[in-house]
Amino acid sequence: MEELLVVNNLKTHFHRYEGVVKAVDGISYQLHYGETLTIVGESGSGKTVSALSLLGLIRKNGRVVDGEAIFEGRDLLKLNREELRQIRGKDISMVFQDPMTSLNPIMKVGIQIMEPLVWHKLMQGKEARERAIELLRVVGIPDYQVRVWDYPFEFSGGMRQRVMIAMALACNPKLIIADEPTTALDVTVRAQILNLMQDMKEEFGLSIILITHDVALAMNFSDSIMVMYAGKVAEYAPITEFIKNPLHPYSQGLIDSTIDIEAEEGSIKPIPGAPPNPLDLPSGCKFHPRCGYAQDICREVEPESREVGDNHRVACHLAERGET
Amino acid sequence: MVRNLKKYFPARGKWLKAVDDVSFSIGSGETLGLVGESGSGKSTLGRSILRLIEPDDGEVIFEGVDLRKLEGEELRQRRKFMQIVFQDPLASLNPMMTAGQNIEDPLIIHNIGTREERRKTVMELMDIVGLGREIIDAFPHELSGGQQQRVGVARALALNPKFIVADEPVSSLDVSIQAQVISLLYELKRRFRLSYLFISHDLAVVKYLSDRVAVMYLGTIVELASKEKLYESPLHPYTRALLASIPKMPKDGKPQKRFSALKGEIPSPVDLPPGCRFQSRCEYMTEICKEEEPAFREVSLGHFVACHHA
Repeated sequence: MEELLVVNNLKTHFHRYEGVVKAVDGISYQLHYGETLTIVGESGSGKTVSALSLLGLIRKNGRVVDGEAIFEGRDLLKLNREELRQIRGKDISMVFQDPMTSLNPIMKVGIQIMEPLVWHKLMQGKEARERAIELLRVVGIPDYQVRVWDYPFEFSGGMRQRVMIAMALACNPKLIIADEPTTALDVTVRAQILNLMQDMKEEFGLSIILITHDVALAMNFSDSIMVMYAGKVAEYAPITEFIKNPLHPYSQGLIDSTIDIEAEEGSIKPIPGAPPNPLDLPSGCKFHPRCGYAQDICREVEPESREVGDNHRVACHLAERGET
Repeated sequence: MVRNLKKYFPARGKWLKAVDDVSFSIGSGETLGLVGESGSGKSTLGRSILRLIEPDDGEVIFEGVDLRKLEGEELRQRRKFMQIVFQDPLASLNPMMTAGQNIEDPLIIHNIGTREERRKTVMELMDIVGLGREIIDAFPHELSGGQQQRVGVARALALNPKFIVADEPVSSLDVSIQAQVISLLYELKRRFRLSYLFISHDLAVVKYLSDRVAVMYLGTIVELASKEKLYESPLHPYTRALLASIPKMPKDGKPQKRFSALKGEIPSPVDLPPGCRFQSRCEYMTEICKEEEPAFREVSLGHFVACHHA
């Protein structure tokens, strides 16, 4: 498979009164055409910032300080604002967690879906209108011909998220970045939206970057997985490899913390402690204060990301295939 | 024990039946899990039991006394033994009080012990819930989400309660912290023989902690059974759909990619059509479901279900 996106050594730092927060600190990954990559991590791990950085959506006190992100031969991080606007919403679009706050509350959903089409000069007037109606049909909104002229508040949470997906699909993007798209939804609706995303991916050959804190979801939905901790990639692996052989102690901890429907009573093993303060990161490996395997080297030297198998990388001094 | 509890809210000249004729019992030392999607009425039910929301009808019998018949001081004394842990720990702690003061507050309210004795109790409670003593003078906003929730749990334990309503106590926490708090609740249950009403939308978490589980849909309980029966042989189509829709850990090494999904969404609880509340989303729907509301009946020992076809 050919690569759609190659990210190398991306660093995004935020300047705060108290110091510099290295929200994303040197992450690298590749995304192939038609691939779903899931970025998993807890709040503050840098998973959302790493995605927003690609689209120039970092707020003013933050800055991409290093790295490259080659998207179809062009480095996204070197583009100016105007050039990025030509890509945003067209080649790369986003679906956010809370559809109520990311849709315009005083604009009919049909108009919102038409907006990227008109803005990117792909369609106009009647044609754009028909496309908006068609998109609502594709994402499974009942009575779509009527609903297209409703406002966001007239839709339920699940339906709003379908509208968001319709909007993201409008310009036939190559990549959709979905940031916790189902976290705000009820379980039965969550399954509907995930199935819809999977259908869209297969039908339109999309690549997806899915950002989530839900490990069980990540392990089922992705082709590849990237586990982030304190701004760094702890582990990156093709999903079947990760299911068989999660190597980083943090990845294992996340899996053991997950309360599965099949979990036995008394079987969960929580990771002790809490994620570190980003202004006061521990020395060496950022995970060592919570790690059951930590040794002297972990306290002193920050582990490099190493290739341990076919496209399987892990940043841990001790992890070896089949040993931890 | 709760009998025929009802709570209706007025909604534009109609009634929103948030809790509509719900009955169940919880034994001493038992955990009843209460599962449902948003809008099912599960939180309203939890709060109505403690009379934090005043129910419209029904009985809440706690140790032989109907709480709904008590007033003032009597109610206060009785309610000492019933506590609640809320979803959002930061919002439920007093931001102007330190962690220690928050935990001590119920003791002061009920006039228990001297200052020194209370301080000692607070320290003990902090040990029990796994809080380091160094945070006793920290304010809630200075604590992490996990620590805040531990303070909330310690506060609930302060008066030696017998019964705790835990309303989505872990849903706002990160995965690794969620597991810590769940483990804590599990330990406390065994250590103090606490009874819990554990409210959550997360079936896996509910299963982990509960002895019996009730599934709520649009204001009523549609199925109630022992944990084993409910998860292994669910009878109500809604329970089955809920169970099927959750991503499971792919132990056999194969990602699922697609999930079994129930059609539609939970309808508005205002002005429900006659018949079964689940009819609009049910694949087994027949004529009788449109006409007659199914009775909540016992189909095997301790296994109740409200479905014409189960």
